[in-house]
Amino acid sequence: MTTTATKPGVTVFATPNDREVEFTRVLDAPRRLVFDAWTQPKHIQQWMLGPEGWTMPECNIDLRVGGSWRYVWRKADGAEMAMGGTVREVKPPELLVTTERWGPEWPETINTLRLTESGGRTTATLTVTYPSKDARDAALKTGMKEGMDPSFARLEELLRKLK
Amino acid sequence: MRAATDQLSTTFSALADPTRRAILVRLSGGAATVKELSAPFDMSGPAISKHLRVLERAGLIQQGREAQWRPRTLDAAPLKEVAEWAGEFRRFWDASYARLDAYLQHLKAEEKTDDHDRN
Repeated sequence: MTTTATKPGVTVFATPNDREVEFTRVLDAPRRLVFDAWTQPKHIQQWMLGPEGWTMPECNIDLRVGGSWRYVWRKADGAEMAMGGTVREVKPPELLVTTERWGPEWPETINTLRLTESGGRTTATLTVTYPSKDARDAALKTGMKEGMDPSFARLEELLRKLK
Repeated sequence: MRAATDQLSTTFSALADPTRRAILVRLSGGAATVKELSAPFDMSGPAISKHLRVLERAGLIQQGREAQWRPRTLDAAPLKEVAEWAGEFRRFWDASYARLDAYLQHLKAEEKTDDHDRN
C-alpha cells in the first residue's frame, strides 16, 4: 500500500522530489463530479478562489489537447492576478494535464490532476512540476524551510520587516 | 484594474531571476551604484544594467539623479502585493479545497433534485 493516508477536509502537502509539489485531498463526491467542478468555468469560478476576498471574473478553458486556458482573479481592492497555459492531456474523469504560467519570465509549470474514486469518494492528487529545483523553491519560498535560494530567503526577511 | 494586473505580473517577472533578487537584497541595505551592485556577480556592466532596467520597469528600484554615478535605491512597495500572493500558495489550495468540499455537496444535492424532476 503506497497510498498516502488522507481523510476528507485535510490537504496533504508533499514535495516528492526536487522539482515537484504535490497536494492530495480526499473529496466526498464521485470523481465525475469532481472532474466537472475542476474543468467547467461555471463551477471553477465558485471555488478555485484561494483565500477570502478574491473572485474570478474571467475563466476560460478550451478542454481539449492543445486548447488554452486563462483564469483571472480579482481582489476587492482592485488587485488582479492572471494565469494561463495550455491543455496537454485530458481524460475525463480521471486525468487533466495542463501547463501554467504567470508571466513571460516566470517558469512554466506542468500541473497534473489525477482523480481516483473509491466508495463514492475521490482522491484528488495535484502535482505541480517546475522546470528546476530553484524555480520550485522560489515559488514555495514561504513554505519551504530548507533548500531555499539564499537570496530569496533574505528577501523574505526583508518582506517581513516591511509588513 | 488593468494597471493592477500588469504591476503584479511585472513584479513577479522581475523577481523570477536570482540575480535580480540578490540586487534587491543588496539595495535593502542602502543605495548602491551599478559598480557596487555588479561587484558580487561574475557579470559584465551591461548585463547588470539590463537586470537593473527590468527592476526599474517593475518599479522596484529608483535611480538617483543627484550624483553623476546615480545610485540605485530600493522601492519595496510592489513587493508587498507579491509577498501576499506567494505566501498564499499553500493557503490558496487549502481555502479552495474547503470551498470545493461544500460546493460538491451542493452539486450532489442538485443532481438528486434533477433526477427527481426527470422521474
